[in-house]
Amino acid sequence: MSSNEIPSREVARRVFADEFNDAAFTFKESDDDRAPVYLLLPTGAKANRVFFVGTLTEKDDVGEDNEYWRGRIVDPTGTFFVYAGQYQPEAASMLRELEPPAYVAVVGKPRTYETDDGSVNVSVRPESIQVVDAATRDRWVVETAERTLERIEAFDQEGNEYARMAREEYDLPTDRYKESTVSALESLDESDGDELGLDGGRVDDAAGESERDAHADLQTEP
Amino acid sequence: MSDLRTHAAEIAEQFSDHLDVGEDEVEERLRNLVDEYRVPVDEARRSVVNSYLEEAGLERDEIGRGGNDEVRLADIDEDEQWIDVTAKVVELWEPRSESIAQVGLLGDESGRTKFVAFETSDLPELEEGAVYRLGNVVTDEYQGNFSVKLNKTTSIEELDEDIEVGDDAVTVEGALVDIQSGSGLIKRCPEDGCTRVLQNGRCSEHGDVEGEFDLRIKGVLDDGEEVYEVIFGRDVTEELTGVTLDEAQQMAMDALDTTVVVEEMREDLLGTYYRVSGPELGRYVLADDVERLTEPADPEAVLIKARSI
Repeated sequence: MSSNEIPSREVARRVFADEFNDAAFTFKESDDDRAPVYLLLPTGAKANRVFFVGTLTEKDDVGEDNEYWRGRIVDPTGTFFVYAGQYQPEAASMLRELEPPAYVAVVGKPRTYETDDGSVNVSVRPESIQVVDAATRDRWVVETAERTLERIEAFDQEGNEYARMAREEYDLPTDRYKESTVSALESLDESDGDELGLDGGRVDDAAGESERDAHADLQTEP
Repeated sequence: MSDLRTHAAEIAEQFSDHLDVGEDEVEERLRNLVDEYRVPVDEARRSVVNSYLEEAGLERDEIGRGGNDEVRLADIDEDEQWIDVTAKVVELWEPRSESIAQVGLLGDESGRTKFVAFETSDLPELEEGAVYRLGNVVTDEYQGNFSVKLNKTTSIEELDEDIEVGDDAVTVEGALVDIQSGSGLIKRCPEDGCTRVLQNGRCSEHGDVEGEFDLRIKGVLDDGEEVYEVIFGRDVTEELTGVTLDEAQQMAMDALDTTVVVEEMREDLLGTYYRVSGPELGRYVLADDVERLTEPADPEAVLIKARSI
């Protein structure tokens, strides 16, 4: 894709809730009023749009005069907050109708707002919310883990300007996101393990053993 | 890898009058450069041709036909190159400007490329389905897509052969993050060869017309790195949604509103993962084949990678 191709659609980043909620810094890359606003992710990437899949655990109409729906959507690392009102009619009616708990896929734009005590909260203004199945949710976890690891791997590369920005704006070591990524993946493993467990623990044990071996091998590498 | 075989066959053919070179030998030399020494195919080809030229004591323009390189359509990757192509006229389109004599798609084994012939060049007309050797055409690039322009100096020779046109299909994967306007139950212009999608009952070319219903989806697949615009035609849309064109028309009639169809599609399809393959046309991938990705995700490989960082 060449850079003169306009207007190009912004990609929907994959990011786990813990990293997303640590982000607070937003910026534009041009002075144009209508230029896209980006949220800077702590692992060094810009996000004008996100796609995530999680469990809707609660929804509330927090509006005063008009409907304004807030949804809590949980992934293995934390909670995304989505807000939808009259300007997001489809997403708002989806939240109105949905009964938690439900797996939902959300496409939306990051929004930040400063609270009274000066801290910055991050939420998502949804473009769409759809009910999906467990397989789609698991696929998202694996995909988001891959994308997150790619960002972490590229973090120390020379010329990674968003990583440089992240170092300046946040004092957050990327290790914590690696750890949460690992535990997110392990949470999928565990649920698989439970299913295997019904058939017999032996198979499960063997799998666990070889996995630990693989792990040990990798650790001894320089 | 059969790609190298094609190159080898072409090179062997080029030298058939001068040297006793077999395809196998050429292929082995190409393969050695490409596989062992990681030389790009173009460069490998050049190098092998040069060594045969030397062996035969020939100049480059004494083999094949002199002048331009004969280029396969899929290998066109540079703007403003003078090349020769041998291709079949796959489709002729209605020119949208009076300065254009003919516009359409050329195809060869490697893929398809748009071509344009201008009125001012005063060339003989190309016929759909015929195969031509086109000498001295020039490449053009627009937003990363290549086409060829015919011109006054272009030689056109009709060949008595057929070409199996390759479909240069791409496969893309991602979550369906948007379904764009112009999707669902649409109406197309019924004029011969037009098929433009009507906006409020109007065709941009033929004005107010009695449209014909069709189903399609203009979707956006996104893998977190790249965005792909995809078009699902009627067959693929019916297969994916389980709603036929007749049923969609019935739904629209019951609701007195055609948008109910696309709304149901959004609910059905958005937010899940698909693998789509088909030819690329402009910025779109035209889906010949769509697969909903429902198999369980495997975290193992990623977990191993995570622990190794």
